[in-house]
Amino acid sequence: MTGAPLDDASLPRDNGELVFDAPWQARALAIAVAVTERLGLPWDAFRLRLMDEIANNPQRPYYESWCAALESMVVDLDLTTPAALDAAAPTARAPL
Amino acid sequence: MTADHHHPADLAPIEARVAAIESVLVEKGIIDTDALDAIVQHFEDNLGPMNGAKVVAKAWTDPAYRERLLTDGTAAIAELGFEGPQGEYMVVVENTQDVHNVVVCTLCSCYPWPTLGLPPKWYKAPAYRSRAVREPRTLLAEMGTVIPADVEIRVWDSSAEARYLVLPMRPDGTEDMSEEQLAGIVTRDSMIGVQRL
Repeated sequence: MTGAPLDDASLPRDNGELVFDAPWQARALAIAVAVTERLGLPWDAFRLRLMDEIANNPQRPYYESWCAALESMVVDLDLTTPAALDAAAPTARAPL
Repeated sequence: MTADHHHPADLAPIEARVAAIESVLVEKGIIDTDALDAIVQHFEDNLGPMNGAKVVAKAWTDPAYRERLLTDGTAAIAELGFEGPQGEYMVVVENTQDVHNVVVCTLCSCYPWPTLGLPPKWYKAPAYRSRAVREPRTLLAEMGTVIPADVEIRVWDSSAEARYLVLPMRPDGTEDMSEEQLAGIVTRDSMIGVQRL
């Protein structure tokens, strides 16, 4: 924990702030929501992993921790494997 | 994440990984692309602090509603149609002349989606998550909100068991405003507790 001050750009100012820096972040959020809903899992099934990812790497950008948690969840649920994801990446057809 | 796979013309590794996860899950029939689009759209269109502002404005103008809101936040908020994921265990904490409430999630980013939408970036930042607990008065002052020394600051750590929403004090000079007008002056930050109205 560095205690870095909040910079001006990140200070709260109004209600109109963009919440995503890039479309993939919205995608990652939606996938986590969709998978837990589809499988009838409590949100904690994801949230506890996110907590661990953040705790293990506090300075990593938030949505990178989100993605790491998402990947660990879908792998542990046997929905895919890291190898399958590696193979899918170059030909990903999902729109971003 | 390794840098050696990265080429400027390609997707960033993280983008490619998310696309890969989506692609695999879609092929397996776990999720579908339209449903993901709908979720993103829902966040952009329907969830946000305008919902929480309506809750606050109603509590300011309807004493019976205020009582219900402070007693059972989830049920009272659902009366206005705001419910769903991350809104199941709502606890509303009321600011008074003597107490100022501020909300944080120290471990991740728990936040009441139905009433506030997705959290702002600073809410998820390590600086806010640790300092809100350790030195809330200093942090709030840096964020432009000076809490008088005789006002107690209570910090609420959100979790799966409780999502907090701050009920700000109704500002002086708003006696003639309608509920709708009042909703227009309630900010997201006041409902997190990093701002006073």
